[in-house]
Amino acid sequence: MVVASLFFYLFATVTVASAFMVIASRNPVHSVLFLILAFFNAAGLFMLTGAEFLALILIVVYVGAVAVLFLFVVMMLDVDFAEMREGFLQYLPIGALIGLVLAIELILVLGSFAIDTETVAATAVQPIPDLAETSNIKALGDLLYTKYIFFFQLSGLILLVAMVGAIVLTLSHRPDVKRQNVAEQVARDPNDVVLASVKSGEGI
Amino acid sequence: MEPTFFETYVVPPLWMLGQSVLMLVILLLTVAYILYADRKIFAAVQMRRGPNVVGPWGLLQSFADLLKFVIKEPIIPASANKGVFLLAPLVAGVLALSAWAVIPVADGWSVADPNLGLLFVFAISSLEVYGIIMGGWASNSKYPFLASLRSAAQMVSYEVSIGFVIITVLLCVGSLNLTDVVNAQKDGLGTHLGIGVNSFLDWHWLALFPMFVVFFISAIAETNRPPFDLPEAESELVAGHMTEYSSTPFLLFFLGEFVAITLMCALTTILFLGGWLPPVDIAPFNWVPGIIWFVLKGMFVFFCMAMVRSIVPRYRYDQLMRLGWKVFLPISLAMVFITALVLKVMGWA
Repeated sequence: MVVASLFFYLFATVTVASAFMVIASRNPVHSVLFLILAFFNAAGLFMLTGAEFLALILIVVYVGAVAVLFLFVVMMLDVDFAEMREGFLQYLPIGALIGLVLAIELILVLGSFAIDTETVAATAVQPIPDLAETSNIKALGDLLYTKYIFFFQLSGLILLVAMVGAIVLTLSHRPDVKRQNVAEQVARDPNDVVLASVKSGEGI
Repeated sequence: MEPTFFETYVVPPLWMLGQSVLMLVILLLTVAYILYADRKIFAAVQMRRGPNVVGPWGLLQSFADLLKFVIKEPIIPASANKGVFLLAPLVAGVLALSAWAVIPVADGWSVADPNLGLLFVFAISSLEVYGIIMGGWASNSKYPFLASLRSAAQMVSYEVSIGFVIITVLLCVGSLNLTDVVNAQKDGLGTHLGIGVNSFLDWHWLALFPMFVVFFISAIAETNRPPFDLPEAESELVAGHMTEYSSTPFLLFFLGEFVAITLMCALTTILFLGGWLPPVDIAPFNWVPGIIWFVLKGMFVFFCMAMVRSIVPRYRYDQLMRLGWKVFLPISLAMVFITALVLKVMGWA
């Protein structure tokens, strides 16, 4: 347990420190890289609690796909950092106020919050299986594809609509552009191909 | 008897360290000779001799290259982002090596054998793009930057189909543990067709043939190998993300690339070619230790990749994207449904 708690403090410290660096670093690309570091350590924390599937999915989805696209966009931005920091002091009071309000709300909510294992066991739709009995994926799948199948499908549908919407908004079909039609190319009859020997300087 | 402090906290990490170092040494030696094999195959296809000067038949060429890279001066461009510039090759090299920790090369022969080994390898391979993006951006130069943009789009696209291939295999096996994946291939299609002895017909390559093809091609694209080597297409981008790199940082990039290739060969072997299982489970074949079969199969996959590299011309970028999104994604998505349906209807799940 000593080793586990040592690792907990390591991951937790690095997560918080890199989360701070996300907002503190001057270069937005560095911010994204620190965000990735924070994701990694959050995955480490998941791993420590035994949620290995969540940990790896966090890495695959957030670090492997979302953050790549994030980095992709941030790298393309043409931002003048000096200009961005100019209004910093001007907005500092109002920013600090909002931060303070959020912090107080969080403390009020989380201060009285405690997980009571007995209540959880009583209200859970099915008993939480022991880690030794079943694997993460089986336990998640059991719940997700039976009890919560409707919500699961619904969230999938929402994502699909969002994706179709994004494509519809950005797709502009230009009729004057020459396009490659692979099916047409493959279906061409080789006998129709005209082989001509062209004299140099004359063309066909 | 209560385990002592020494037994709980000192011996297991040391044991793991020893295994990792052994793995690392073997892996680096393999990479040295895979590099040599790659150049020899490429040369043979073009009717050249390939490396043949250093050592007998040029066998020590890779080590000469290594020495040359290490003793040269590393040059860091003045306008480069120094920290990220030096971090990028490290990320590329270390990530590729770390995935090998969970690869079982024979029954029980792996540094670690986690429940979600397959997902771990997938996670690591989806991170390998960072080395390229970071290197390309930090170089602060046109060609590397274009290369990093290309590779970001390319690797994310082909990960999607690799993910679906892994899901079909997961459906057939019922576990993401790599040892289970191999053991599940002892009985397969061949057994269902009534062949008495466990043979290569039981492996997933036959039952999931379309996915085998999709995975093989996606693996080439994921490791930026020709014909999908657009991030480092020398006719357009000089050397892509590696343009500004020299000496040891370049070596690390190169190493990471080749370790990623060996990883993909190993993964193809485990997912589709039965890992360490003998091709036919009868007398002379099952005397051979599993590791030999594993290495032979991995080498075969690598030979196929090297042949593809020497024969097929480079794709155009829009063709590459079309292949990933309009061909592989529908095929693999359809195969996930078909596999699930067949497993459910036949009651094999």
